Amino acid sequence: MSKKDLGLLILILVVGAVVAIINPRFLLPINLANTSNLIGLFGILAIGQAFVIITGGIELSVGSVVALLGVLFIDFIATRGMAWPVALPLILVLGGMIGLAHGWLITRLKLQPFVVTLCGLLIYRGVARFYTADGTAGFAFGQNFPELEFLTAGRSWGVPNSFIALIVIAMVMWVVLHRSVFGRYLYAIGKNEEAAKYSGIRTGRVVMAAYVICGVLTALSAIYFAMYTRSISPASHGQFYELYAIAAAVLGGFSLRGGEGSLIGVILGTVLLQELQNLVNLLGIPSSLNFAVMGGVILIGVLVDQQWGVFRERRRMLEATRKGTAGAAAE
Amino acid sequence: MAHRLLSGMMNYSDASIASTIAPFLSLEGVRKTYPGVVALDGFSMEVRPGEVIGLVGENGAGKSTLMKILGGVTTPDTGTITVDGVAHDGLTVEASIGSGIAFVHQELNLFENLDVAANIFFGREPLRAGPLKLVDRARLRALAAPLLKRVGANFSTDTSVSALSLAQQQMVEIAKALSIEARLVILDEPTSSLPLAETDKLLDVIKALKAEGISVIFISHRLHEVERVADRVVVLRDGMLAGTLPKSAINHDQMVKLMIGRMLKEREKAAESARPPGMVALSAKAIRTNAYPDRPVDLSVRHGEILGLAGLVGSGRTELARVLFGIEKSLGGALQLDGKDLVLGSAADAVANGIFLVPEDRKLTGILLDLSIAQNISLPNLPAHARRSLVSVRAEAATAEKQKSNLGIKSPSVATRTGTLSGGNQQKVVLAKWLAMNPKVMILDEPTRGIDIGAKAEIYGLMRALADAGVAVLMISSDMEEVIGVSDRIAVMHEGQISGILDKEQFSQENVLLLAVGKQPR
Repeated sequence: MSKKDLGLLILILVVGAVVAIINPRFLLPINLANTSNLIGLFGILAIGQAFVIITGGIELSVGSVVALLGVLFIDFIATRGMAWPVALPLILVLGGMIGLAHGWLITRLKLQPFVVTLCGLLIYRGVARFYTADGTAGFAFGQNFPELEFLTAGRSWGVPNSFIALIVIAMVMWVVLHRSVFGRYLYAIGKNEEAAKYSGIRTGRVVMAAYVICGVLTALSAIYFAMYTRSISPASHGQFYELYAIAAAVLGGFSLRGGEGSLIGVILGTVLLQELQNLVNLLGIPSSLNFAVMGGVILIGVLVDQQWGVFRERRRMLEATRKGTAGAAAE
Repeated sequence: MAHRLLSGMMNYSDASIASTIAPFLSLEGVRKTYPGVVALDGFSMEVRPGEVIGLVGENGAGKSTLMKILGGVTTPDTGTITVDGVAHDGLTVEASIGSGIAFVHQELNLFENLDVAANIFFGREPLRAGPLKLVDRARLRALAAPLLKRVGANFSTDTSVSALSLAQQQMVEIAKALSIEARLVILDEPTSSLPLAETDKLLDVIKALKAEGISVIFISHRLHEVERVADRVVVLRDGMLAGTLPKSAINHDQMVKLMIGRMLKEREKAAESARPPGMVALSAKAIRTNAYPDRPVDLSVRHGEILGLAGLVGSGRTELARVLFGIEKSLGGALQLDGKDLVLGSAADAVANGIFLVPEDRKLTGILLDLSIAQNISLPNLPAHARRSLVSVRAEAATAEKQKSNLGIKSPSVATRTGTLSGGNQQKVVLAKWLAMNPKVMILDEPTRGIDIGAKAEIYGLMRALADAGVAVLMISSDMEEVIGVSDRIAVMHEGQISGILDKEQFSQENVLLLAVGKQPR
């Protein structure tokens, strides 16, 4: 765990302690379970986003994909009678294909990630609304999928299974990002794509793979969100979720220029964001201020982090100078 | 010798500078320390009006610190700087500019998207009357034109800077210096990225400045150029004045001796091949590149030889190298490696075939500055440093340690960030990552640009060792001494085509130059 991650963890604990003191309901099992469920849902999204951001790209269509794939999933199992063990992998494949399409447009046709995924944001939202004729997709009365509901919205030993899923995914992706050859390529490309190319790395394929990973994880979280809300109005479902994911990555120490950030960082970023949401509710802050609180905290977090870096650099220089003069005096 | 022929027209003598004239600039006992380092130690020098000073020294000798002091970016700990008769303890940026000191840096500070006139007067544009303060384009052009004439430019004030060659861009920088009525122009490594013919143009500009009575400090690693233009050479070594050479005593060997305190023999060693060249390794047949789509290039490089590729910048050498390395697609023609057809879809294909490139721009394409030495070295061959797709840090470190000691990379450890290394050591890291992988063909594009003399000699030695081990080495270089001193054969490019190939007995600067401008050698 890097110093940056440790600082974030301490911040999370301090904020948690303060909220708990002001409103002890923060520590009630039901509140913790709810919050960790949301952390699970948004965390899976944010990990996918992190893989794209590390390459220096961005994925803005995440929220719309959550709506579109959520609608499709519910439609498949609720109205078309598809067995969920078939529908689930199908949705994941669809998510992967969306990612592949984005990656292909970005690496082969050299379009900018922002532009490609912005178009995606508009297109998928539109398609989702058209698909349901702007209606709401949901389950019929009495429709039940016990195993699926247990896996997505259930709990084991009091812990939401969505949160457990996040932990498992995070561990796997930690290894991929921080220990694997592919992960090293991602960082190298994010730092300097041209130099990576000159080292014989097939940068196009690596970047495409990052978008595919993002697509698959987004699809998975789309299923989780669908099973959590159980009914989806595609005009608003998943709106701004891309920004939650990007915010979590930025809070977690990712640079939008690419090549920087850790998996633990993005998880902690998600935790902090959800903690803040929870704080708004528990401390009786008008929920209309929700976004303002989040934006303010992210801004302060990034500022402190940056100023801390400047301060450390200055202190390092001062120390070196002192050593230098001492050395010169000793001569 | 060609450079002597070319310099025949510039016969100015020592006598043209009356040593009785008060110096424009003089430094007295300047000392500057940084944490742990004494950058300048009791350094003194003076510059008279209209005098061209050649300032030489290895990297780290204190040249940049001296420049920072003259530019007012930093102040010396002790010592006096007298400019135009006024003594200062240290200059500020304003005082430096105000007293007429102008810099032309190695990395040019021009806005490529603006035209020449806008660049020269950037921030000082003549404005039209009225509340909108619009730029007076007509006056801007009228002011810029005579400046361009003074530097002998053959382009107009409306030309976009992006359309200019490097030498022309440097002329714009010098015109900018003239526009603030500079009395001392400091050129920091101006020719390091210039091809031969362009270099001549720049040296002509220096002569023009001198004729106007403007002083010049010319910093360069290219000693033959210093030899050609300098009235006096000041040599820095370890922050101290190693010596001053008057016009009559300026020669290459003397400068080198003062710079490193000993004579260099490595270049001669590099020139001797231990084996006769073998079979053709890589051959290009009628390859056409983006630079000159209508000019096919034929070239082959043999195992065990160093083939020098000379020519002017823009003659298509770098583009050819990029095609041979698979980074750029050829527009036609075919490649063969060891007699077998070779199709390169990407650099990854070239790497898989043992064709490696040490690119021209070390910092942008050669290495990743944020990664460690070990991570840079393992990058092209990462799967070999991994078990079940997981990177083995230990294997990486082992490879890197081996290369570090083989190449003599100077750094605290292999975990050091490459961004903190000197240019020469960075270049060694670029070489190391390929040497760790058994090269068949090694292409080096300007391998010693911006590298000090000691590290240069080591890199020449490495290239020769590679060739002796049977590797085909293709070295692109604009440094005439280097091409002649290191190569076994020299191919010269002119406007996208190979204009001739010289064998060892035909080597001369004149022959290379003639081919480079498209004429026949003698």
